[in-house]
Amino acid sequence: MSAAVLPSRRDEAWRYSDIDAVAAAWPLPAPESIVVPAGGDFRRAIVQDAGGIRQIELVLGKGATASVHVLNIGGAYGRIELAVTLHEGADFHLGAAQIGGGEQNLEIVTTVTHAEPGATSRQMIRSVLGGTATGTYLGKVAVARDAQQTDSEQDVKAMLLDRSATANAKPELEIFADDVKCAHGCAIGELDAMSLYYLQSRGLPPAEAKKILLQAFVAGVFDGAEDEERLQALALAKLGELV
Amino acid sequence: MLKIENLHATVADKPILKGLSLSINAGEIHAIMGPNGAGKSTLSYVLGGRPGYEVTEGSATFDGQDLLDMDPHERAAAGLFLGFQYPVEIPGVSNVQFLRESLNAQRKARGQEPLSGGDFLKLAREKAGLLKLDMDMLKRPVNVGFSGGEKKRNEMVQMGILDPKLAILDETDSGLDIDALRVVGDGINTIMRRPDKAVLLITHYQRLLDYVQPDFVHVLAAGRIVKSGGPELARELEEHGYAEIAA
Repeated sequence: MSAAVLPSRRDEAWRYSDIDAVAAAWPLPAPESIVVPAGGDFRRAIVQDAGGIRQIELVLGKGATASVHVLNIGGAYGRIELAVTLHEGADFHLGAAQIGGGEQNLEIVTTVTHAEPGATSRQMIRSVLGGTATGTYLGKVAVARDAQQTDSEQDVKAMLLDRSATANAKPELEIFADDVKCAHGCAIGELDAMSLYYLQSRGLPPAEAKKILLQAFVAGVFDGAEDEERLQALALAKLGELV
Repeated sequence: MLKIENLHATVADKPILKGLSLSINAGEIHAIMGPNGAGKSTLSYVLGGRPGYEVTEGSATFDGQDLLDMDPHERAAAGLFLGFQYPVEIPGVSNVQFLRESLNAQRKARGQEPLSGGDFLKLAREKAGLLKLDMDMLKRPVNVGFSGGEKKRNEMVQMGILDPKLAILDETDSGLDIDALRVVGDGINTIMRRPDKAVLLITHYQRLLDYVQPDFVHVLAAGRIVKSGGPELARELEEHGYAEIAA
C-alpha cells in the first residue's frame, strides 16, 4: 500500500494531504494487516485523536464479515487508510465521522476490492468542518472481472460550518464485472438556516442549536458499533469545540 | 406586555411593515387579520427575531425590555413563543430531546433549576394529552412525517411545555380540519387564556376565532393596521371581505 518514495500532491491518493506532515512521518511503518478467515467476524473502533497516519489492510475470507467504525478528530494532520479485499460473499461495513476545526487536515482513504462474487460493502462517511479545516474522503470501489452480484454503497456527506473550510469527496468506481450494484452518493452543505432559527426560537442558544443539528448529522454513523456510546460521546465533545 | 410603535421592517431590502403600532396587555387576546401580502408573517418573524427581517424604524418592547435588541433564544427565555405557519422538519432530532434542552436553556437563563428527565416527560405527556397528540410522536424526529394538522398540534404542545407569557401564533389554523381546529382552539384557551398571559393570533379566517374569542381584532393591510375593533370586526370582514374594510 505505501509508496516506496515520498508521495507528492501529484499522487491522486495524497492530493489534499499535508505533505510536510507526511514527509515528517516518512517512511511509514508497514500497514497493520488483518486477515479474517472464512466465516469469521471482525469488529474494530478506531479513534484517531492525536494525529498521524494509520494504514490498515483487511482481507475478508469467504463469507466473513467486518464492521469498522472510525472517528477521525485529532491532530493537525490525521489520515486513516483502509485497504479491504473481499472474497466470495464477504461483507464489509464502515461507519466513519471526521470532525475538524482550526487548521486541521483530516483524511479517510479507502480502497475496497470486491475480488470475488457476491460480496457486499457499505460505507457511510460524515465530515463536519469549521475554521480553515480540510476534510477529505477518497473512496475507491474496485470490482474484479468475476465478482458478479457485487453490492456496494458509498454514502458521503460533509457539513461546512464556515465558508473557509474545505470538504473533498471522491467516491470512485472501477468495475470489470457486468452484474453489479454500486451506489454512491455525495453531498456537501451548510446547516439549514431555518432549522437553526426554529431551534433558537424555542430557547436554545445558537451554539446549542448548532450542536444538536450536527449531532443529528453524524448520528447513524456509529450505529451498531461495540463502543457506540463512547464514540458518540467523543464525537459530541468534539462538535462542542467547533460550534 | 407588548408595545409596538411605528414599526418599519424590510425583507431583502423590500419594505413590508410601514409604520405598525400595536399594544397588547396581559390577559388580552388580539387577532390580526389581513389579505395575503399585508405583512402578517413578517410581523411575526420580526417579533421572533428571524435573521433577514430588518427593522429600519420604530420600536417593540416586551415587558419594558427592548425586544428588537434580543437574540431569538433570549426572546424565548423572556417568555415569547412563536407558533410557526410552517413548522420546520428536523430529521434526526427528537422532539422530546430538543424540547427538554430548550426548556432547560430557558430555565437556566432565568436562573431556575433544570427540570429532571422524569419531570419533563410528565409535563410533556400532560401537554400532548391536552392537544390529543400521541406521545410516541413526541419521541420521533421533530415534525418529520407529520401531517399538516399534527405539525400545528405539535406547535401547541411545545407552547404548553414552554409556558410562555406571550404567544404569537402565525396561521396556526391553516392546515387544520374541523376537529383539529377545535382541539387546537381548546389548547390555546387552556394554556394561554390567563390574566398574566397574552396572545397575538394571526389568521386569514374567522373560523379559529369561533373557538378562541379575541378581545381585539385588527386589520393589517399594506404594512399598517388600518382598522381595529372588537370581535364583531372579524365577522364583518368575513362577510364583506378585506377590500371594503381596508379601503
